Amino acid sequence: MKIHPVRKLGFALVLVLIAAPVLFPFLWMLASSFKTQVDIISWPPRLLFDPILGNYRKVFQEQNFLKYFVNSSIVGFASVAFSLLLGLPAAYSIARFKQKKLSVLILVARLMPGISFLMPWYIIFSRLKLMDSYAALILSHMLIALPIVVWIMSSYFETIPVEMEESAMVDGATRQRAFLSIILPVSSPGIVTAITLSFIFSWNNFMFSQVLSMERTKTLPIAVYNFVSYAEVDWGAVMAAAVAIMAPAILLTMIFQKYVVKGLTMGAVKG
Amino acid sequence: MRKSGFLEKNLSLLFPLPAVTFVLVMMVFPVLYTLFLSFSNWNLTSGMPLALVGFRSYLRVLREPRFLDALGRTFSFTALALTVETLLGLGLALLLNRKFRGKGFMKLILLLPLVATPVAIGIVWNLFYDPTIGLANYVLSLFGLPRQAWVSGAATVIPSLALVDIWQWTPMITLIVLAGLAGLSPEPYESARVDGATGVQIFFRITLPMIAPTLLTAMILRAIDALKTFDIIYAMTGGGPGYASETLNVMAFKYSFEYFRMGQSSVVLVFLFLLVLTLSALIMRLRRRFEL
Repeated sequence: MKIHPVRKLGFALVLVLIAAPVLFPFLWMLASSFKTQVDIISWPPRLLFDPILGNYRKVFQEQNFLKYFVNSSIVGFASVAFSLLLGLPAAYSIARFKQKKLSVLILVARLMPGISFLMPWYIIFSRLKLMDSYAALILSHMLIALPIVVWIMSSYFETIPVEMEESAMVDGATRQRAFLSIILPVSSPGIVTAITLSFIFSWNNFMFSQVLSMERTKTLPIAVYNFVSYAEVDWGAVMAAAVAIMAPAILLTMIFQKYVVKGLTMGAVKG
Repeated sequence: MRKSGFLEKNLSLLFPLPAVTFVLVMMVFPVLYTLFLSFSNWNLTSGMPLALVGFRSYLRVLREPRFLDALGRTFSFTALALTVETLLGLGLALLLNRKFRGKGFMKLILLLPLVATPVAIGIVWNLFYDPTIGLANYVLSLFGLPRQAWVSGAATVIPSLALVDIWQWTPMITLIVLAGLAGLSPEPYESARVDGATGVQIFFRITLPMIAPTLLTAMILRAIDALKTFDIIYAMTGGGPGYASETLNVMAFKYSFEYFRMGQSSVVLVFLFLLVLTLSALIMRLRRRFEL
């Protein structure tokens, strides 16, 4: 059955109408990051302009963005790594021993408003002299990453037939050995999903770092936010900063697209 | 050898132990501590020791118009965003639920808002909404419509913020429903077509009932996240102008970290997590009922 060319064209138009509003803010942000302040505040808004690189230079040279980039990476990688260390065995146990109560506890951790832990943390971390420390930030970001890891991995482990570790155990391996050398290697797609998503959510987190970090451990979202609190907003530089902060998350999403879709939708669809 | 035997025998206990300990220390204990503080009038800046005052902090907060306004605003923001996101998200999913070239690319486009840093998104939208140089007012002027104050006007701030939420999260509903639609069996559709059912009938009689559990779970998840919205509101308006966009989350944040009124902030937090817990309980019932 051939589809009528007019209908085909109509559908293509529908696709453009859906994609355009989704993409537009990104494109406008990208364009503005190459504009001078004069071009940005001109009325009517300018579509054509002479692109400049000065905004990026300002962000990375004068505003020390590289340092915040490093901070965000340290906190992101460390919290994801520790979350895997704690979360993978827990997810395996939930999947194999049907520990429903445990999975509920993890789901609650995913749904609770972050601020309900943040206030007590602030008091405790102040007492322990851990404010503005990587330890406090990593611990707080683990509460973002760990539920994602457990959530994704427990459903992933459920899809792996029990026979896999049982046959290894018949051959004399212990269950923990079977988990490490048989289950984990075949679970790499699930683990990639968990790492990508938990890293992105740690990378994007604003509230925890806003309270727990100061100059030394400040992460990117806070740096971007502080940028606009000046009296007159340097829009071009702010947009360059916004591009810089979003680029890694978007790059990860492009590379691991299938995994990200799966991870984000599995909350509501069994998969 | 003996050591690994012990581990193997108690695996179901020892494997989850580190994660459970972590969640107990970092989540359960802080929540209980917040509950405890809600019965105090503790103010971090006053230098006074913590004193338990029973329900007095609750009464004080409940009598404050600022709290009741924030509660109402949290609901209206969530209701507005959720309604539009559900209808639009469902509509887009139905449109995209077919085979076409570039479907993967389309999904990638839909993913972008979901992974974009909310604070940065908020700032980009602030540039759109700027009353004098913003694109939003320029578009209005093209249609001969009067300028709006957007996020700087008390009347327009909540819908303007909800629009950002809608832009960012509608694709989430679309992607979830698309995944749900992909898993439907084709048989009911074939028999319906044989019976000569119209597209509308097929949607309401077959598609909607079959994806209802998926859609409902997606809606509750979205409702919970919308109730908790913080980054966008805080970055774009800080709860202003005045208190016009202050939701429970933003109010609790300010009470905690700007005024350091920990007792009253805890009361607000208790209300917020009661709300979230109620919705979470709903999700769990749904999951059990439909074995999702």
